[in-house]
Amino acid sequence: MPRKLMKGNHAAVYGAILAGCKAYYGYPITPASEIAEAASLLFPKFGRTFLQAESEVAAINMVYGAAGCGQRVLTGSSGPGISLKMEGISYCAGSALPCVIVDIMRGGPGLGNIGPEQGDYNQVLKGGGHGNYKVIVLAPNSAQEMCDLTMLAFELADKYRNPVFVLTDGVIGQMMEAVELPQPVTELPDKSEWAVYGTADSRHLINSIYLDHDDLEKWNRELMKKYAVIQKNEVRVEEYRMDDAEIVTIGYGSSSRVLRSAIAIARERGIKLGMLRPITLFPFPVDEIASLADRGLKGILTVEMSDGQLVDDVNLALGGKMISDLHNRMGGNVPSALEIVENVSELYGV
Amino acid sequence: MNENRKYPFSEIDPDICKGCGLCVAACPRGVLVVSEKLNSKGFHYSEYVGEGCIGCGNCFYTCPEPSAVTVYLRNYVPEEVS
Amino acid sequence: MIMAQKTVLRKPLGFIDVYKHKPGAEKDRTHYCPGCGHGILHKLIAEALEDFDIVDRTIVISPVGCSVFAYYYFHTGNLQVPHGRAPAVATSVSRANPDSIVISYQGDGDLAAIGGNNILQAANRGENMVVFFVNNAIYGMTGGQMAPTTLEGQKTTTTPYGRNVKTDGYPIQVCEIINQLTAPVYVVRTSLHDMPNIRKTRAAVRKAIQNTRDKKGFSFVEVLSMCPSGWKMDSVPAQKWIEENMIPRFPLDTFRDISEDTSAIERPVPVMDPEEVKRILEYTALSDSNLEKNPDAAFDRVAVRIAGFGGQGIMSTGIALANVGMEYGYNVSWLPSYGPEMRGGTANCSVKIQADTIGASECTEPNMVIAMNQPSLEKFEKILVPGGALIYNTTLIDIEPSRTDLKVYPIPITGIADELGDTRVQSMVNVGAFAAVTGMFDPGEIENLMPSLFKGKSGEVMKLNEKAVRKGYEYVKENFS
Repeated sequence: MPRKLMKGNHAAVYGAILAGCKAYYGYPITPASEIAEAASLLFPKFGRTFLQAESEVAAINMVYGAAGCGQRVLTGSSGPGISLKMEGISYCAGSALPCVIVDIMRGGPGLGNIGPEQGDYNQVLKGGGHGNYKVIVLAPNSAQEMCDLTMLAFELADKYRNPVFVLTDGVIGQMMEAVELPQPVTELPDKSEWAVYGTADSRHLINSIYLDHDDLEKWNRELMKKYAVIQKNEVRVEEYRMDDAEIVTIGYGSSSRVLRSAIAIARERGIKLGMLRPITLFPFPVDEIASLADRGLKGILTVEMSDGQLVDDVNLALGGKMISDLHNRMGGNVPSALEIVENVSELYGV
Repeated sequence: MNENRKYPFSEIDPDICKGCGLCVAACPRGVLVVSEKLNSKGFHYSEYVGEGCIGCGNCFYTCPEPSAVTVYLRNYVPEEVS
Repeated sequence: MIMAQKTVLRKPLGFIDVYKHKPGAEKDRTHYCPGCGHGILHKLIAEALEDFDIVDRTIVISPVGCSVFAYYYFHTGNLQVPHGRAPAVATSVSRANPDSIVISYQGDGDLAAIGGNNILQAANRGENMVVFFVNNAIYGMTGGQMAPTTLEGQKTTTTPYGRNVKTDGYPIQVCEIINQLTAPVYVVRTSLHDMPNIRKTRAAVRKAIQNTRDKKGFSFVEVLSMCPSGWKMDSVPAQKWIEENMIPRFPLDTFRDISEDTSAIERPVPVMDPEEVKRILEYTALSDSNLEKNPDAAFDRVAVRIAGFGGQGIMSTGIALANVGMEYGYNVSWLPSYGPEMRGGTANCSVKIQADTIGASECTEPNMVIAMNQPSLEKFEKILVPGGALIYNTTLIDIEPSRTDLKVYPIPITGIADELGDTRVQSMVNVGAFAAVTGMFDPGEIENLMPSLFKGKSGEVMKLNEKAVRKGYEYVKENFS
């Protein structure tokens, strides 16, 4: 299979090109800058638009404009930049505009550092911007998935007319792996029902204002319905060594990569460790996690590079039938496989 | 419109007019006045006194309400009403 | 000229017949207050769109402010956007639809306060758009607060004692600022305070819209406009107030008009054809080889940490190893040192090469370390697994490793590269040494891979690198077999 060695950040840009993305609007920030750099190199080769915006705020509003004109459009950033984009993301959600935002998470809060972290989880999943809305969140853990899930992100964005995040951390963005390049999309969805093309037939309105309270409530209820459909249809997980697992770990992004290594070590030591990896964070794999409580497990350990943001959702899904423990690192530190295995032994007496 | 009126003339929709008076101030011939009457929104709307319009268009261009003022110019030919 | 052909002045066709997006019963009139300048400017724009027969091709960006509902009125494509961001949105709308006429319609708070940078940057890029900037020296929509253009001493609801320039700064003269930039083609300030000036405004509106239609770039029309409600005065006195108070601060002028001398902007047509996309991405040049793995190799999987000074080819050694590993059909990962580790002059990277799926990409317990300088040796020999391989650069390291449970390969890596005449080839010496120590790669195969590893480099460079691989390989074979 034809492969190319590339960084996760670059793979996202390849995925965008292959998905028919016509424009990239972004602002440099470590550790996401390679996305803008690769886009600046690749997009002009296809006569597509690359523009380095004056700010993160401008970039997301350019995304809003391009999406309103029916284009597949991409932006990428990291925590501090994502914070600035949040107003625009709320507008995109409120105006039902499909767009893709890659967040390569770094250490926070504040300026934090440029090491890998997963501390934007709540920000991205629980709003961040104002008002009632959700974004679809995909969580790649390899360069291959940076490409594949970026392509999927465009598909889901158009399918549901909703912003989609590709959420991962600095390690996945910076790491190089061999990527099998998929076939380019052959057909783009028809958006003539709502997109503005500057033609007589496309005198549409892109808008999130509903002055009338009942109208706005109605719109919110429609959004809720859409999110329920997404929750029902779009959950994606990876199960690894789950068949005989007595202890299940849960993690996404870099942590899930470390968990794979941890499982190898644990299995050598006779510990039956498995992993459930959410590939979609919204929709969150609620049913998949809830069912863990019925398996007679010795324990569930959520491993994250944040302050318990993921474990909160895991425990919400478990509904009190079991409580997941937390193994977390922060500040740019990635948990090591060995430390996880040792913690598993200590927590569960194995 | 009154087909017998002499062109040019200015026609102001008394219901749409918000009574700001800009057209009255802009009329070089002083042929627009603020009506004594109130419209349904409670505005003293502007009125054309009935003659003297030279079709300069000042009232049209100074009026902030898109459909309040219509000016039929000297060369206007009334279309047949179907 | 066109004016002369008109036989009637009526609601222009640039307006929607019935304002269907406007809630409530009054779909035949605007939401603007009596005497508001917005309505006049709207009419001039709508008339120009009709006269130039471009209503269909126009897209209006509605801001936040009193003109937030501009989309009620214009019979065009419409986007309502966040506060201050109209020029950013207009930018991508214009890029997406290069044949359309994109209008950014903004007030003074929107444009000169919260959106100050966006307007400057769109102007500086010379985006093909027209910006209509309504300057009425106040925030109308929110009830009359201070704007960036509020005059010195002017009372507003947030300057109840009058604008104090010592604490609130001076009214911002936006045209003068825009005129400092190179790209804009048309910068003009007009006023709605009397008929001659409304007619001048009309001419400016038409000129600016024509510029955009003709793809001349960025046109900026600032219009001094009445806000009778915000100023708490009647409409006619409000016009007088502009003349007496605003114009001295905001002089009316055509600051720039170079559209005649400016050529039309051309935007490329996006390439979307899948076959063409694959051709541009060079699908045919992708790695599709699956070189035969050596069944007798000393290593069947490697987790190697490569470390040294910046400039010692640390990253390129790692990338070369990962590339070669990929050609052998292995799974590979390469992770650069990243974050705080980068400081202090040492660089390092982790490379994994194995047949099964790779977990963690950072080599926290490597089975090989390539140490190019002394700090790297000291730091990374500690984390090697027992029995792991330690390759170190004796040209720069004059201490011995402290551990005795390792296989050590002291090699004068920099020296070998220097002998070949170019220190930069030390990364390829490393690759050769790696091949010999692990047995995973055949140096002959690596040489075959040179064209893909050094794409675009001259034959001489490739020859030199081939030699370096061979030297590294031979050094290990001759000294450690």
